[in-house]
Amino acid sequence: MSEEIIKDVIIGESEDYIINMGPQHPSTHGVLRLEVCLQGETVKYLIPHVGYIHRGIEKMCEANTYPQIIHLTDRMDYLSAHMNNEAVCLCVENALQIEVPEKVKYVRTILSELNRLASHQLWWSAFGMDLGALTTFFYGLRDRELILDIFEESFGSRLLHSFNTPGGLMHDIHPNFQTRVKEFITYFRQKLPEYDQLLTGNVIFEQRAKGVGVMSKETAIAYGVTGPSGRGSAFSCDLRKHAPYSAYDKVQFNEILYTEGDTFARYKVRMDEMWESMNIIEQLVDNIPDDGFSAKMKPIIKLPAGEYFQRVETARGEFAVFIVSDGDKKPYRIKFRSPNFSNLFVMNELAKGGKIADLIAISGSLDLVIPDIDR
Amino acid sequence: MQSTIYNFQDLTGSVDSTFLSWFGTTGALIAELVLVGIVFLAFYALLGLFLVYLERKVCAVIQNRYGPNRVGPLGLFQTVADLIKLLMKELIPIRRSDKFLFNLAPFIVIIASFMAIAATPFARGLQAVDLNIGVFYVMAVSSLGVVGILIAGWSSNSKYSLIGAMRSGAQIVSYELSVGLSLLAIVTFAGTMQLSGIVESQADGWWIFKGHIPAIIAFIIFLIASTAEINRGPFDLAEAESELTAGFHTEYSGIKFAFFFLAEYINMFIVAAIGATVFLGGWMPFHIGSWDAFNHVMDFIPSMVWFFLKAFFIIYIIMWFKWTFPRLRIDQLLTLEWKYLMPLSLINIIIIAFIVLMGWHF
Repeated sequence: MSEEIIKDVIIGESEDYIINMGPQHPSTHGVLRLEVCLQGETVKYLIPHVGYIHRGIEKMCEANTYPQIIHLTDRMDYLSAHMNNEAVCLCVENALQIEVPEKVKYVRTILSELNRLASHQLWWSAFGMDLGALTTFFYGLRDRELILDIFEESFGSRLLHSFNTPGGLMHDIHPNFQTRVKEFITYFRQKLPEYDQLLTGNVIFEQRAKGVGVMSKETAIAYGVTGPSGRGSAFSCDLRKHAPYSAYDKVQFNEILYTEGDTFARYKVRMDEMWESMNIIEQLVDNIPDDGFSAKMKPIIKLPAGEYFQRVETARGEFAVFIVSDGDKKPYRIKFRSPNFSNLFVMNELAKGGKIADLIAISGSLDLVIPDIDR
Repeated sequence: MQSTIYNFQDLTGSVDSTFLSWFGTTGALIAELVLVGIVFLAFYALLGLFLVYLERKVCAVIQNRYGPNRVGPLGLFQTVADLIKLLMKELIPIRRSDKFLFNLAPFIVIIASFMAIAATPFARGLQAVDLNIGVFYVMAVSSLGVVGILIAGWSSNSKYSLIGAMRSGAQIVSYELSVGLSLLAIVTFAGTMQLSGIVESQADGWWIFKGHIPAIIAFIIFLIASTAEINRGPFDLAEAESELTAGFHTEYSGIKFAFFFLAEYINMFIVAAIGATVFLGGWMPFHIGSWDAFNHVMDFIPSMVWFFLKAFFIIYIIMWFKWTFPRLRIDQLLTLEWKYLMPLSLINIIIIAFIVLMGWHF
């Protein structure tokens, strides 16, 4: 296939009908460019082009100290900002062999799940919008606003909250934090069924989603598709279960797995995950221990020479950070493994042979955040 | 029985006789032509503005938000401000597009919807032309718009536009059949194609009540098929803003875009008006058989109010569709028409023919 693509695209002998979807297309959710080859409305193949948002975050990280890196990781997958921060913090803490207070673990887990909820709400909104149901966008954003309000009150920023820091949290949690989180959970438990009423059982939606873009478990593993997208294909890859970090070993929750592997399965995984996230938060929010919000840290963090690795489960899959340290206060080399990169490149496999409208449904169901693909 | 309903024939008749006394036969004809033209242009523009405003308010209600509420009281002047903005926007010429056809397309679309509105009976005696083949005429001219859409998509020199135009061609031509068959159901009941005749035939009850279940089936088919025919969600595949950015009008800007936009809304009003006229009795008040006292009370509500209430009821349903349903895929759309709606309406027609033959309807 790849040789054909190269021949078709570069030599240009073919009479293929090629359209460029993006970089400013409404349903690429950012500056992604998909070069789509069509036959009528059927997709023959597509080539994702990345590189429109390149900011060189890894290179920038190598010029900054560890606490400064936190503020750069926010900006990769801005919908999982908290989990990205957590990965770096955990990695540094493991390297320094620091035990953070229990409170930090609890708060980090709650915030991760809140962030996952917010991310899934935005995904649901945007997915509905991709399929032409504009109303979902307003329902999702209405509820996401409340989570962002909690974030704003707790640490002053709504989207890029650099609340984690190596060794703990930037400052103590807001006194209202627990009550507001509980209020939100009660509210959202009533509102989530509304999402199902609007979209899940809809005949048109089921037709658009069921059997569309089927990804086998083998494909998911081969392409490294993690997160809800992978779990829709029965690929058990939830790091919260398989490699628990923070307080995930203290809570009861299910790993959501669906076997169909189609767009509808990926949709259902995220919808069910929202319930699970709320369960996790409810188990933790009442029992936050009070033993300080940070471990005792040196003013300048220097990692001992060596290689360190940490992975976390973000809203879109496995996010990993790999640090090579030469004993300095800056990393010698840092590498991020972002879930969206793998999730994007499986799209050719899924969209091939489908209609152009299926391509939109598939890209929506993979829940791509473009700045995470090309850092 | 409808003696109490105000007949606009008196008004139009007096205008006609005044013009005749002023200008003579030919002059009066030309003067009336100009007058009707001006009235329709004004009505058309105001209706377009109002429908855009209404749509924004309806979708705001469904989506938990306010809608326009800044410009003027209740945001009433918002669409006027939008219109001024669209008028002042630059018309961007597209390189290597077919300039003549590119400029012609919006006019074809808008002329098609103009022609259809001419035969609409707005109130008792208020109708520009009362053709004896009214239903047939409306069907014929309302489907002309697809030519404009196809030309727009083809001449834009854009692949998205071309896909949008092809989709819309397939869609509108297919759904025209179901619309036609469902209207034919009522033509069979009423025994006439003349729109005023169809309205008069509903003096003792609207066809949706008189025609048993087949009429209701025909009405539902009409609603679905006409939503598809006017390119509105969930059948707005020709635009499909998330797939084709804007489909056939991707490359249009300023007032040319506004023409497409306006034509879309006027088409929505036209199908609502036709639906109201054929199924819900048009300007005919709510009458039940021979309950003269009740019918008499109903007659006090002016016929124009009845007509617009019914038309806007259908418009509201069509808007409601759009803001709740996701969009179909093109093959599902054609499957729905050719495998479900059309066979169903054909069977429906046979049943209706049988009912009419046996005289079972009221």
